[in-house]
Amino acid sequence: MAVLNEELRDQIRALFPNYPNKRAVVLPALHLVQDAQRYVSIEAVREIAELLELHPSEVHDTMSFYEFFKDEKHKLGKHRVWVCRSISCMLRGGEELLQHMCEKLHVHPGQTSADGKVTMEFAECLGACDGAPCILVDDEAHMNITPEKADELLKSL
Amino acid sequence: METMSTFEPTLLARIGRPDCQLLETYQRDGGYEGFKKALGMAPVDVINLVKDSGLRGRGGAGFPTGLKWTFLPKDHPGPIYLAINADESEPATFNNRILMEMDPHQVLEGIAISCYAIKSQKAYIYLRYEYGRSYRALKKAIEECYAAGLFGKNIHGSGFDLDVVLHRGAAAYICGEETGLIESLEGKRAWPRIKPPFPAIEGLFRKPTIVNNIETMACVKQILDRGVDWFKSMGVPPDPKNPRDAGSYGPKLYCISGHVNKPGCVELPMGVTVRELIDEHGGGVWKGRKAKAVVPGGISMGFLSADELDLPLDFNGPGKAGCLGLGTAAITVIDDQTSMVDVLFNCARFFAHESCGQCTPCREGTAWMHKILTRIRLGEGQLRDLDLLNEVASSMGIIPGTTICGLSDGAAWPIKNAIKKFRSEFEEYIQTGRKSVKPSEALMVAH
Repeated sequence: MAVLNEELRDQIRALFPNYPNKRAVVLPALHLVQDAQRYVSIEAVREIAELLELHPSEVHDTMSFYEFFKDEKHKLGKHRVWVCRSISCMLRGGEELLQHMCEKLHVHPGQTSADGKVTMEFAECLGACDGAPCILVDDEAHMNITPEKADELLKSL
Repeated sequence: METMSTFEPTLLARIGRPDCQLLETYQRDGGYEGFKKALGMAPVDVINLVKDSGLRGRGGAGFPTGLKWTFLPKDHPGPIYLAINADESEPATFNNRILMEMDPHQVLEGIAISCYAIKSQKAYIYLRYEYGRSYRALKKAIEECYAAGLFGKNIHGSGFDLDVVLHRGAAAYICGEETGLIESLEGKRAWPRIKPPFPAIEGLFRKPTIVNNIETMACVKQILDRGVDWFKSMGVPPDPKNPRDAGSYGPKLYCISGHVNKPGCVELPMGVTVRELIDEHGGGVWKGRKAKAVVPGGISMGFLSADELDLPLDFNGPGKAGCLGLGTAAITVIDDQTSMVDVLFNCARFFAHESCGQCTPCREGTAWMHKILTRIRLGEGQLRDLDLLNEVASSMGIIPGTTICGLSDGAAWPIKNAIKKFRSEFEEYIQTGRKSVKPSEALMVAH
């Protein structure tokens, strides 16, 4: 039984005309699979490789380079929440915010809350330093975050 | 020379206006007229215009844009690619995000003009994953351009075809290095390539490729609209004592963050001083405090001390104070209550996290600098650690010739700068056995 359904396969194939070769679709394909399945299993790596006419090790090599992509041992929760820990946020309370949010969810950075809703992560500079400290929920930035605002955000997820 | 008081922003002029992201309002404001003008010119004339303007790349290295374009092989059968570096990841830098989110058509028009100039029919925008809003704004703007016949086949009957593809990264700083970006776009790990060959000769998909920054694209659009004289009316002319200096012309987006009252992005003529940025545009140092140090252009550039703040932020300015360069012109203000040990630890942790691991001096060097600074921060450092840090920092990078790309030089620079300029603070910290507020283990680790 294939782990990539026809819909995902069609979404991946639809990207082929954008590039002169199929290998360039590795990153977009990994994004599509991880968005849908919350991790990229080794079976998914094999199936992506087959679609892109690559050896599975080539897809795996790319995937493992980017810490962004997670394997079956590190399944993501429904949402990813990143707290910026780089300089501009650190100077305005980013590290304390990360600690606060981790304590709230009883997790360490990289772990998922017990209800499976939120994976808490640290990020390097999110490029929202005009609103430090900032966090990223999935791919939406939230700026000038206080512990109170963070609690509300977590509740809303 | 245009003075500060008469300066009118152009790159940021439309930002904040109602519906400023839409094609309709952009065209009402004269948008895509520059592209139409370019289509009526010979491509080589567009290149010459950009060359004559003195525009230097806004991404960090400051290489003259028009000159870079002339490195493409003559009469190449194609394809030639334009790869736009929208992987803005240098800590404290967010000017490109503002352009893409709020005025995506200004960026796309610059891309269209540049593609025409270099005879490229395909542009890839490599956008960092974290910029979700930029992704959605650009995606919509690209769709609008196709629907309006501004992109696609035979644009305005000119015979010029153009496709623009938006490609999302996966949260890796090294993808901002131009050949790391190319490798990543090709679907591989983002390991930078040995140069030469430079991308203009052999780049994306092994074809001639120009890699340009987002703000550079916005400048190209403004140069087409307003001309070379306008661009050269502001900024800093070449240093007559330095024959290699190409000058620092035009408007620049400066980011202000850290311990200021009003963090933000401002557009000013190239060459504003750090002090003016902090006091007149950043609302001054917060809480009535004084600045202890300022990062002049992303952490890779190193630090300015409190007595170096009258330095102009043009391409040459920061170098005069021992910094690596102007970098991204993103300043981070550090107040006098902050420990430089904590700041430098933060920089070292960043580079230990972001080293791509390809070159041993960088992979091991960034890891060791992070380990040594961890030890110092936890109150277990020794005075000789400072020399050890300097030794490691001096052995890694393009400058000593031990690595493929400049990430390593950027990792080493803040270390060397901080130990030189703030040595007594580090020594005092080590000798008194001080410890920062006990940081949790989660905040000490690089990965």
